[in-house]
Amino acid sequence: MATEAAHGGEEGGLVFHPMDQFIVKPLFGGEGVHWYTITNATLWMALTVLAIVALMVLGTSGRNRIPSRMQSVAEMAYGFIYKMVEDVAGKDAIRFFPYIFTLFMFIVTANLLGLVPTAFTVTSHFAATILLALSVFLTVTVLGFVLHGKQFLGLFWVSSAPLAVRPLLALIEVISYFVRPVSHSIRLAGNMMAGHAVIKVFAGFAAIAAVSPISIVAIAGMYGLELLVAFIQAYVFTILTCVYLKDALHPAH
Amino acid sequence: MATTTHEAAGHAADAAAAAPGMPQLDFSTWGNQIFWLIVTLVVIYLILSRVALPRVGSVLADRAGAIANDIAAAEDLKQKAKEAEAAYDKALADARVEAANIVAATKAEIQADLAEATARADAEISAKVAEGEKAIAEIRAGALEAAEVVAKDAAAEIVAAFGFTAAPDAIDSAVTEKLKG
Repeated sequence: MATEAAHGGEEGGLVFHPMDQFIVKPLFGGEGVHWYTITNATLWMALTVLAIVALMVLGTSGRNRIPSRMQSVAEMAYGFIYKMVEDVAGKDAIRFFPYIFTLFMFIVTANLLGLVPTAFTVTSHFAATILLALSVFLTVTVLGFVLHGKQFLGLFWVSSAPLAVRPLLALIEVISYFVRPVSHSIRLAGNMMAGHAVIKVFAGFAAIAAVSPISIVAIAGMYGLELLVAFIQAYVFTILTCVYLKDALHPAH
Repeated sequence: MATTTHEAAGHAADAAAAAPGMPQLDFSTWGNQIFWLIVTLVVIYLILSRVALPRVGSVLADRAGAIANDIAAAEDLKQKAKEAEAAYDKALADARVEAANIVAATKAEIQADLAEATARADAEISAKVAEGEKAIAEIRAGALEAAEVVAKDAAAEIVAAFGFTAAPDAIDSAVTEKLKG
């Protein structure tokens, strides 16, 4: 808030600072941001943990055969991801279900919490999404080599294609394989960042009396869209993780 | 708070200097975010894998088991109902047959009784007829006798009316002779 006022003071008139909401700052003051500093990002990660505990642990504490509302949401999330892992990655991928469920719950909860006004969106930062994507990438690659050894490289050697084009295809496959974590992470952070920035821009227009009704309606519309995006991006991230996992478990084309 | 805002503004300025308007590319905060994110993910993983997922899994399994049991029980009851229906049908058919048997037996019994009663009645009737005939014969015999007496009396009166007197024996014999005549 104070930051925006300072910016406004410099330039005056109609100013947009749609990116200020993404600034990571220490929560309790102090000298800069060290690795251990408790920042607004830390706060919202903690709130994400609390929200997940509330849903998955407190919500299911009744263990009811006929579920309460919270329990039925928790069960729905469980069933949704369980089925996704089973359908996309195969039955033998079920042992990775807790990891994938952790990823999904973290991303979807952080995305939705980011939509609370004045919230900090953890998943709008490349630092966070690159960590997530790299952990998936490294896990999948290591797992592929541990399970299949050299045969895992068969993933890049398209044996169903004519021999002449195989080297070319292998090159393309290798490139696409290493681009995976990049697209995987930038897709999520980019979507979250763009939606929040657009809402901020509309909010900036609301300062002009003549267009403020339009801008408020636009914010409401964008907000609905963002709710959808928050869920869809978590879904996309998770299902791609399952697809990559399937490559590691069954590298044959 | 003043220092905080100053700090934040300073960072924003740093970020702006590094890459205009993208706090995401302010690499000085990456270490912090990555550290806390790892902590967060480990905590979430431990909570989910130790507490939440086994619980939800057991609840789902329990429910699936309960539903399967209920379906099996329903199937069982359906089978029992079918059996009961078959037993009922059989009992009904048996009862029908028995009823028909009873009806036939009763009919035969009644027929026998009826025949017996008819025979008895016939015998009685013929006995009565014989008795009646005997009575009629007696009455007829009595009537002849009475007629003879009346005739003798009448003859004696008539004789008296003509002014004669006759011996009763003579009148009797004369009337008896005439009647035989």
